[in-house]
Amino acid sequence: MEKKIYEKPAITKHHSGFMNKFGSSPVTTPKSEVDGVSVNAIADQYGSPVFVLSERRIRENFRNTLRTFKTRYPKVQYAWSYKTNYLNAVCSIFHQEGSWAEVVSEFEYDRARKLGIPGKYIIFNGPDKSEQALLKAIEDGAKIHVDHFDELYKIIELSEKTEKKPQLAIRVNMDTGIYPKWDRFGFNYENGEAMEALRRIVMQPTLKLIGLHTHIGTYMMSAEAYRIAARKMVVLANELFTKYETKLDYIDMGGGFPSNNTLKGQYLQAEQVLPTIEDFADAVTSELFRISYHGSDMPTLILESGRSLIDDAGFLISTIIANKRLSDGKKATIMDGGVNILFTSFWYKHKISPAQPTGLSTENSTIYGPLCMNIDVLREDIVLPNLKVGDRVVIHHVGAYNMTQWMQFITLRPNIVMVMEDGTTELIRESEDLEYIMSREKLPAKLSEFKL
Amino acid sequence: MTAFAVPSNLAVSENGFLFVPTSGETFTLNKLGISIFKLMQKGADTEEIIDALLEEYDIDKTTLEKDFTDFVNQLKHHNLIEEK
Repeated sequence: MEKKIYEKPAITKHHSGFMNKFGSSPVTTPKSEVDGVSVNAIADQYGSPVFVLSERRIRENFRNTLRTFKTRYPKVQYAWSYKTNYLNAVCSIFHQEGSWAEVVSEFEYDRARKLGIPGKYIIFNGPDKSEQALLKAIEDGAKIHVDHFDELYKIIELSEKTEKKPQLAIRVNMDTGIYPKWDRFGFNYENGEAMEALRRIVMQPTLKLIGLHTHIGTYMMSAEAYRIAARKMVVLANELFTKYETKLDYIDMGGGFPSNNTLKGQYLQAEQVLPTIEDFADAVTSELFRISYHGSDMPTLILESGRSLIDDAGFLISTIIANKRLSDGKKATIMDGGVNILFTSFWYKHKISPAQPTGLSTENSTIYGPLCMNIDVLREDIVLPNLKVGDRVVIHHVGAYNMTQWMQFITLRPNIVMVMEDGTTELIRESEDLEYIMSREKLPAKLSEFKL
Repeated sequence: MTAFAVPSNLAVSENGFLFVPTSGETFTLNKLGISIFKLMQKGADTEEIIDALLEEYDIDKTTLEKDFTDFVNQLKHHNLIEEK
């Protein structure tokens, strides 16, 4: 006699008064492949946990976003935000698509140069640019976005010694009606600091003012804030034009567009509350047309969004280590990918799908990572089908920040694989091993021997 | 082997609906949950239940034992059974 298909015995208590009309149905649909390549095959070949990036999705996201802006405004240029994900393979895809590089440290600047990006296609942002880094950037003709007066005076000093004219823009912060106000970067608009910095640059013959930059926040849930920001940038640009007859090459609106990840504490699913990329594009471009230049002189609109272009192109494959019950009877599942490699789980409720078909019964569980640390919680509450030891799961929308903001802690950082457009897989960053970690350490001679 | 005491006022329906008359609580059991609960009501002990299920379902003993232990713990947590 053929045996019946097994499903773990389960009991579910009924609760009244807890219905949530906005809630999404539990995820039982398996995510068994990434662009046609089996999740289990990837984990078998490259180990678990393993990050997977989709080349196709990155290119699609980029082209869709660029088209959305280009159909609304004549001159649009993207600069890839290195800090979001600066793996060479990732940056190269964006550069192949025509993106410049947007860097925020000398380390990132050097990465871009090493990848072959000419200085004039590098935007150098951030509050910490050493004299050495500034000299490099001036020499290479990079676009330096000044963050504070101390930096501006340093550049003026350097510009009097160098042959090349530094190519400058300033970063402007402003009130766009959102909280928190990002006023720690750049010069403030409302108190007149921004205009004062611009005046100082225009008056200095050894400097060249080429643009204006702002970046109003991250994971922005309001398109209206961008409209206000663009309007204030245009006010500055018009004032520069009327007072000093200075025209800008570009206005850089930064990034901050959200991805489809739901924030912790957010009641509704991300897809239901976030503005679309079209909303952001409408808000920004409609204001830019108010600039008082003649048609062909319109400044280029530069964009630096990172998260929204790559988050959904990244997946983390993880394996179930164990299931257990907590003291209150709640189910807990331990898997081999933890917060050390999934930094974004501190603020996102990441979607998690089984990688293989499961039974129909589901249960609310807490998902823990493998670290012997109380903070290693990937999801406090998620309704999942029953998963056995050794089953694989896919954590969605992890392409932004995790592969740069991760930390080597307790365990080693895993392989990163890219599924190429032709359906092949490539290892784009090798997992760390003990040798690699220990090679940076020096053991003082007197500590090298001990007897237990 | 451990046998289980199921209060006589508990009954589970064909489709797994379980009502506790003393507290008003209600539960749903899945298919295997129903089978196990009914075997417990008949007085079967752990070994008899495991053997019966291994006979009927396509599953290895270790997984079944783990899942069974978890299920029993949940029934105890909800005060639906007691170990004899």
